[in-house]
Amino acid sequence: MVRHYLDFEKPLMDLEREYEELQRFAPRNDTKVSARIEWLEKRIAKVREEIHAQLNPWQRTQLSRHIDRPHTLDYIQLIFDDFIELHGDRGFMDDPAMVGGLARLDGEAVVVVGHQKGRDVKEMGYRNFGMPHPEGYRKALRIMELGARFKKPIITMIDTPGAYPGVGAEERGQAEAIARNLMEMATFPVPIVAVVIGEGGSGGALAIGVGNRILMLENAIYSVITPEGCAAILWRDGTKSSLAAEAMKMTATDLLSLGVIDEIIPEPVGGAHRNYQRAAATVKAAIVRHLEELRDFSEETILSDRYQRFRRMGAFREE
Amino acid sequence: MTWFKKKEALLDEKAGDALWSKCNACQEIIYKKELERNLHVCPKCSYHFPIPAQKRLAIVTDEDSFEELDRVLSPLDPISFRDLKRYADRLHEAQQKTGLKDAFITGRATIHGSPAMIGVFEFNFLGGSLGSVVGEKIARMVEKAVDEKIGAIIFSSSGGARMQEGILSLMQMAKTSAALSILKKERLPYISVLTDPTLGGVTASFGMLGDIILAEPRAMIGFAGPRVIKETIKADLPAGFQRAEYLLQHGMIDFIIERRKLKATLGKLLALLYH
Ligand SMILES: [Zn+2]
Repeated sequence: MVRHYLDFEKPLMDLEREYEELQRFAPRNDTKVSARIEWLEKRIAKVREEIHAQLNPWQRTQLSRHIDRPHTLDYIQLIFDDFIELHGDRGFMDDPAMVGGLARLDGEAVVVVGHQKGRDVKEMGYRNFGMPHPEGYRKALRIMELGARFKKPIITMIDTPGAYPGVGAEERGQAEAIARNLMEMATFPVPIVAVVIGEGGSGGALAIGVGNRILMLENAIYSVITPEGCAAILWRDGTKSSLAAEAMKMTATDLLSLGVIDEIIPEPVGGAHRNYQRAAATVKAAIVRHLEELRDFSEETILSDRYQRFRRMGAFREE
Repeated sequence: MTWFKKKEALLDEKAGDALWSKCNACQEIIYKKELERNLHVCPKCSYHFPIPAQKRLAIVTDEDSFEELDRVLSPLDPISFRDLKRYADRLHEAQQKTGLKDAFITGRATIHGSPAMIGVFEFNFLGGSLGSVVGEKIARMVEKAVDEKIGAIIFSSSGGARMQEGILSLMQMAKTSAALSILKKERLPYISVLTDPTLGGVTASFGMLGDIILAEPRAMIGFAGPRVIKETIKADLPAGFQRAEYLLQHGMIDFIIERRKLKATLGKLLALLYH
């Protein structure tokens, strides 16, 4: 398999290539070879741990955007059964940067929506790099409303650099579409669990993020603006992204301590892209556990729980 | 030297700045006193200048009817933010400059006799950015409107979410929109008045959620800023893009209102919605 290495992952590259070659081509019962393989295994594990024990916010930003990272449809395939994708906003178009539909989670019918990025150049273009137009948000709203009406829990997966900044998007009401979702999501009388699986970029992320529970993968980020955007505005220098990433406090650990998320979902060592099955199993277990907790809530409690969680957010002094 | 040049020269001198303003739209140099008398509308091209929150209140509310709420809320620096400057210092400067604790004033007032909760942005306070204090004040004024069974009006003028408060500023979008959902459920009216400029997280939350949305002439209104869009699409933007007139044409707002007719119109709207 072709792997993509980020700069800080490079120490792993030669080790892993040698390991894979030996595994594939070296004679089976050569003791020298098996000793080398054993050494490599240990070495790779150690280097991986060293790299991941001390990631800075900018490195995590890169991991959250890693081209091999599992996307919404990967998780949907690994977590749910009977997924039926639904399309279109019934007004203008079907936006491939947002996906969603009906599915079963351990037998229970649910509704799931999420941003969708592409993996190769062609698909990235098709998915518009996970940046929805207003129609993407309106499609998500339409699908979530099905959940509200037919009493199905709603699960959302957040993975976008932000809502698309384009002429058509503005003309057709990007701001209105996001605002509408924020207001309507506050009124759905069913449990909503939002999971930030990769990039949580700005209002374009929040527009499907008004949940009773907000979970975040270990290497995901969630911020008011991309580090690049923040650097361009406040440092007047787009290359100061790593400073902005540091300053904005956008990692899962930061958001947990700010009270914005409920739980950090651990990733396999090396990141979710190193083991889709394991990553998806952990995400699934977390979603199931939170839905279980929300199951006994009355509709009224579901609504006030969600209202209060956002109502509390903010830092100010009185007098 | 022509009269225009003389005025230009006046503006260049420091002492002149106190007396003269230059119109952002037509570049005309205007005597400040005249501009104030004209409700901060350019007498030549009728560009609507951003105005201080207090002036806005004076223009739209009945005399002596405004009772301020939650004056005591002041901002913190929750993520100890610093870019080229410390957020704490930026806050201090903005407070000195405006005499306000943060970028938003709320209160109860009447407009031609009809009561409403009113919120106004102060653009001079860090570009009217939406941080925790602004979000909290909006949530409180909306909840109070529900308690008192009256409507709410917000006058927006903002560059968007306040980056210096990180994720907490983003969350104010959800908080304010959730509060408005309760106003809506209680069948109380919310009027959103968009003034120059209204962008980003403010447009993408309470800005666009009005039962009725008004805008001042030529106000810049959008989600993404024009520079970001231009850089993304690598093409020129259409003429008039993201201006109030353009939004009206695309069905995003109800109508455009001149400042001198604002109070009368809001009074009529409230009366029509209440009775
Ligand atoms: Zn003018």
